[in-house]
Amino acid sequence: MKNDMVLAGGKIVDPATGYFGPATVFISDGKIEKVEKRKKSKIAGGNVIKLDGKIICPGFIDMHVHLREPGDEDEETIISGSEAAAAGGFTSIACMPNTKPPLDDAGAIEYVNNRALLAPVKVYPVGAVTVGQKGDTLTEMMEMSACGAVAFSDDGSGVQNNDMMRRALEYSKTCGVPVISHCEYSDLTASGVMHEGFISSKLGMKGIPAIAEELMVMREIMLASLTGARVHIAHVSTAGSVDLIRKAKKSKVPVTAEVTPHHFSMTDELINSFDTNLKVNPPLRTKNDVDAVIKGLADGAIDCVASDHAPHSIEDKELEFDYAPFGLIGLETALGLVITKLINEKILTWVEVVDRMSAAPARILDIPGGILNEGEPADITVIDPELEWIVNPNDFKSLSRNTPFAGWQLKGKAVMTIVDGNIVYSLI
Amino acid sequence: MSLKIHHLLGLEGVSADDIRLILDTAVSFKEILARKIPKVPTLRGTTVANLFYEPSTRTRFSFELAEKRLSADTINFTTSGSSVAKGESLKDTVWNIEAMKIDIVVIRHSASGAPHYLATCCKSTVINAGDGAHEHPTQGLLDMYTMREKYGKLQGLKVVIVGDIKHSRVARSNIWGLLTMGAKVAVCGPPTLLPVEMEKFGVEVHDDLDEALRGADIVNILRLQKERQKTGLLPSLREYSRYYGITRDRLDLLNDNFTIMHPGPMNRGVEISSEVAEGPYSVILPQVTNGVAVRMAVLYLLSGGKGKVDEE
Repeated sequence: MKNDMVLAGGKIVDPATGYFGPATVFISDGKIEKVEKRKKSKIAGGNVIKLDGKIICPGFIDMHVHLREPGDEDEETIISGSEAAAAGGFTSIACMPNTKPPLDDAGAIEYVNNRALLAPVKVYPVGAVTVGQKGDTLTEMMEMSACGAVAFSDDGSGVQNNDMMRRALEYSKTCGVPVISHCEYSDLTASGVMHEGFISSKLGMKGIPAIAEELMVMREIMLASLTGARVHIAHVSTAGSVDLIRKAKKSKVPVTAEVTPHHFSMTDELINSFDTNLKVNPPLRTKNDVDAVIKGLADGAIDCVASDHAPHSIEDKELEFDYAPFGLIGLETALGLVITKLINEKILTWVEVVDRMSAAPARILDIPGGILNEGEPADITVIDPELEWIVNPNDFKSLSRNTPFAGWQLKGKAVMTIVDGNIVYSLI
Repeated sequence: MSLKIHHLLGLEGVSADDIRLILDTAVSFKEILARKIPKVPTLRGTTVANLFYEPSTRTRFSFELAEKRLSADTINFTTSGSSVAKGESLKDTVWNIEAMKIDIVVIRHSASGAPHYLATCCKSTVINAGDGAHEHPTQGLLDMYTMREKYGKLQGLKVVIVGDIKHSRVARSNIWGLLTMGAKVAVCGPPTLLPVEMEKFGVEVHDDLDEALRGADIVNILRLQKERQKTGLLPSLREYSRYYGITRDRLDLLNDNFTIMHPGPMNRGVEISSEVAEGPYSVILPQVTNGVAVRMAVLYLLSGGKGKVDEE
């Protein structure tokens, strides 16, 4: 029988079995037909792609992305963001609801679904927890969930009112999807622009204290424990948060967590340059925090890596540090940073990375991914682990350029992204 | 000798040699200021733009006077509120002014780092006249000048900075400059007005005023902004004044030949009593006089001037 596509000569990573070794992957009708875990396979013909020296992974999933559509289409669109995702090696992304207007009803979720029909990767919308993300009224979660919302979140500000968060968690149980919490008590961070510590003291900038995040992480853990609903902690940035989550998991509280590449690869000291591309929320923290989130990723306290891709226009960022908006783009640098900072530094193995970037987000959002089994959708990321490259924002597919990683030398890059058996990005 | 720095953005990281050169040069300019015609043609043909994005009277007057005493041409741009609110970015404003051929930009701005940002996107020499709660390097220099004028040195002096350290750019510039020059620095204020991890600056940190003052040579008293009380950082001005205000009876704790300084404007009866402000040990007005000489030295040296002032 003739296959649509055969990936031959590479090594596969299968977190389900822990296998990391030579294999041939046969793809038909957009699905994985079979995987032969040996060096040489008999290939009947078809489109054979030789991947010697490359690593074949279940497609990566970024569960925290801002696509800015509707509302700020000059910064990103569902299509441009999806192209950036494909170029970064992601086959699925989940987009946050803080658009203008926010994704807070079924119609808005359908809008994203429709716009994503032509997107090169799978786009899963996240619905708002409260109407307008204002924190007053619960959204129609059941209807949004029925339309495809994979989680709920008031990302960007966080649900400030404790009772509202409790009700949201209780109600979310009707849909069985997690509530993603941006943990930040805004009364503790008012007008802060960077991590509160020696550097903010030195620069005379208003600080965002670690406690503003940790207090809310603690609240979410206690509320998850009370309600039995699933909470996912977005962009964990402090050592204290990692400890709280690790302890909660030991007590079987239904909590999961993510960390961003910028929070495991940069500290607040870089802000001595006043580069507004380093202004991000939660803020870049200290070396101690970086070490803690990396340890959390390694020991499982933190489940996955997510980019928190947050596009902003050049004119919004070319300002005094105090006036620039928070956020940086990460879809096209996330994988390179993971390989350079975590694999090449021997903190995670390939099997663990595929878990943190594919299997874990698939589990959390209950979407396909994370395995290379017969019959599964052929969502595949092919990596060249030896490819050295320098981050050049002008090469980005994203419409925005607000990256602090310009000029960074990274080793390892996605060279082919396959979604449902179609090659949506290729350097080969 | 000439300066190693090309802009004066802050005193953090500025070498002792550069600071010494500025202070030495300011001595010559102070002499010139005492003359019958206190003006030299040194910067004739140089144009300085004073960009004040935050209200200021004394610093703006002091810079303007320093520029005029050097015969520079000056233009002033004063606006309140952020550039964003005004609808033109800081970069565009400066590019427009630069298009009129200017050489030096003096900038006061409420956002920390605004002068540093400017230095990355314009061709002119940038002088920081105060950025947010970050630095106010010419104030730090004039304070050091005033101390050195009285004691003949900075090395080994013990300086206590009292008050709202958290929001003070004067405190930060003083700390960096004084530490570089070998002085000992202590800060004192209520914990709500001290920045976190203050010890990492390399200074002593106190919340008890008497403890801080014991054995000090110089007390530099910061202005207390009255809105600090409204934003919940202080219970009342009355309590602040009672526990952190510098009054005559506190001065006995200081070393002989002590000095009282204040960058102004003063809130008499809050952080400083009138008696202390006007005492024989107060150098508050000499600070203002020295400010002009120090700013002349900075303008002159950053324009490429060498140590010896060209008298023509």
